Amino acid sequence: MIEQVTGAQALIRALEGVGTEAVFGIPGGAIQPAYDPLLGSNRIRHILVRHEQGAGHAAEGYAAATGRVGVCMATSGPGATNLVTPIADACMDSIPVVAITGQVPSMAIGTDAFQEADIRGITLPITKHNYLVTDPGEIPRTIAEAFHIASTGRPGPVLVDIAKDALQAVIDTAGVSADIDLPGYRPVTRPHAKQVREAARLLVEAARPVLYVGGGTIRAGASRELFVLAELLGAPVVTTLMARGAFPDGHRLHLGMPGMHGTVAAVGALQRSDLIVSLGARFDDRVTGKLSTFAPEAKVVHADIDPAEIGKNRAADVPIVGHAREVIADLIVAVQAEYDAGRRGDYEVWWRQLDGWRATYPIGYVQPDDGSLAPQYAIQRLGAIAGPDAIYCAGVGQHQMWAAQFISYQKPGTFLSSGGLGTMGYAVPAAMGAKVGRPDATVWAVDGDGSFQMTSQELATCAVNEIPIKVALINNSGLGMVRQREALVYNSRSAGPDPRSTRIPDFVKLAEAMGAHGLRCEKAEEVDAVIERAMSLDDAPVVVEFVVHHDAMVWPMVPAGTSNEDIEIARGLAPQWEREEA
Amino acid sequence: MSRHTLSVLVENKPGVLARIAGLFSRRGFNIDSLAVGPTEHPEVSRMTIVVNVADSPLEQVTKQLNKLVNVIKIVELEPGQSVQRELLLVKVRADLDTRSHVLETVTLFRAKVVDVAPDAVTIEATGSADKLDALLRVLEPFGIKELVQSGLVAIGRGSRSISDRALRALSA
Repeated sequence: MIEQVTGAQALIRALEGVGTEAVFGIPGGAIQPAYDPLLGSNRIRHILVRHEQGAGHAAEGYAAATGRVGVCMATSGPGATNLVTPIADACMDSIPVVAITGQVPSMAIGTDAFQEADIRGITLPITKHNYLVTDPGEIPRTIAEAFHIASTGRPGPVLVDIAKDALQAVIDTAGVSADIDLPGYRPVTRPHAKQVREAARLLVEAARPVLYVGGGTIRAGASRELFVLAELLGAPVVTTLMARGAFPDGHRLHLGMPGMHGTVAAVGALQRSDLIVSLGARFDDRVTGKLSTFAPEAKVVHADIDPAEIGKNRAADVPIVGHAREVIADLIVAVQAEYDAGRRGDYEVWWRQLDGWRATYPIGYVQPDDGSLAPQYAIQRLGAIAGPDAIYCAGVGQHQMWAAQFISYQKPGTFLSSGGLGTMGYAVPAAMGAKVGRPDATVWAVDGDGSFQMTSQELATCAVNEIPIKVALINNSGLGMVRQREALVYNSRSAGPDPRSTRIPDFVKLAEAMGAHGLRCEKAEEVDAVIERAMSLDDAPVVVEFVVHHDAMVWPMVPAGTSNEDIEIARGLAPQWEREEA
Repeated sequence: MSRHTLSVLVENKPGVLARIAGLFSRRGFNIDSLAVGPTEHPEVSRMTIVVNVADSPLEQVTKQLNKLVNVIKIVELEPGQSVQRELLLVKVRADLDTRSHVLETVTLFRAKVVDVAPDAVTIEATGSADKLDALLRVLEPFGIKELVQSGLVAIGRGSRSISDRALRALSA
């Protein structure tokens, strides 16, 4: 049957066809033809955001919380360029997002037309793939391909830029194909059996192994397999910022987060290990510290779905290309086969050393001596009260590190954070997206006053669209992570305001102006009550402003560009690595 | 550092050249030469890229290229197992006194004269980079007025074709 539809209708049908249930966006000239059928769709919910950056982060939050592809939409020119930051963020953190932008009519492309920007050219280096569509008949296939590319292999963002005239044109549905045609795209998911056996052999021969778990394990939904493998081996596990929640905190095998602000035990374990088994991690500079001094005695098994990650920063002795769930499942079988053949690793001496570090240098903090509230305490209590089923979205800065350190994560997909790009402003819109994707979950944004002010207008979006997120706003009246470096590295010359100056803005009033509840807490003894109060309010978004100590610092810390050996547990204080061995 | 010749089969779609050029620049790899043209299959173009890198960055280049959705296949062509050619067009000063010497050089290098003017000739030559360099050294004293050179193109020796398997996948 021949049916005539517009390109815009074909677009919305294609989105419905791939199961899209929410689109975050803002209309404008070039994308407006698509909005008519979009707003007419009874299967897709459109959420009108306040800034396209918010749409992009919301799509990321939706995707990270649900594992499904997040969708955002914007018009040409400034609408599209405002998506650049979240697209780059999704690219760094391997988040499946499809961004749809309107483009000026095809005849006007290249003429510097009103609101024209070459968004495909701009996003070439920050997308997994992108398209410019000028033929309306190509819309269904392009959308099918975009979702396929975004969600398979190493996930990532795909941008589809569609010329306005292609959205307006009428096409016959007969003769329009939605079949994927990607001869150059064949992600490898099945790991090579010989490599997996070799990894298992190294594991049973190693004396000081570490399972170095990255965000790929979460994207792959491999937590259950990881749990089985870790218990089978009895080997220590470290979870990177992107992998918080992939393995339960508090488990005897879990040493916590490695890296610049990681635990002494996790940093030390990688540094002193003789075998690092990397599962969906990428030897990022925040984890390795100065690369040439990283884990000098370790052999490396590097498993990743992206072949280009293997050997990029650290040479791999055993490269394994594959989907983390399949890799880990195969590793379980291969390790069991080693055990059946009577070969088993003995990590007892290693564990004595690790347990010593863990007992001597737990994550902790000092109570401020001026009686002000410790930010770490507020975040710790939040985690305890909101519990392991809540979703926590962190912004970027000190509060992000404390949220990674002081909340006990038990499940994958419960900690969302901008890791690779380090995008301040991520938390509130990402929490909005997460809440849309998982409406039954309690979603907390843990934000700083600096981060929050970059995207706080999305609170209004949440209020209008009945998306009751909660925000724990850790207000230290300044850019804490910057101030920490100013204090430690740059002689305290400060770019920020005097922390003792007037409190501007008034965050409680700001929250109320946006249609949210605004609460404030300044004392440790009020913390539990205010969190309970926030938990009880579900009719609108809630902002809890925690007015905290100005000069709290994140510890431990490996100063940028130095070796992990130089980790400090407090200013000028290094751990005594060898005490347990002596 | 050493020179490597990569043959890259890509989908013949708009923007592919920009993707590849952009990848080289943002990852900090230098392209010595680049040649693009059609293949025996209309939907596929072939790029021949000469890069000057050490072995381990070369592996990174190849892996990153492979991640581009429009890249179908990459093969490194070793100089010994492939025929590698560049094309050169050069306009050389040649008056009545020097013309016979210039033409003698053309013959020696098995090059061709493709245009003649009263005081100059235009020479076409193909060959390896070494041969073309040698030709230019000999022509230099006469006076080179203008020079244009193509990127290197290369093809493997023997009967096997790098596109066989890749293109079978394409038509399947």
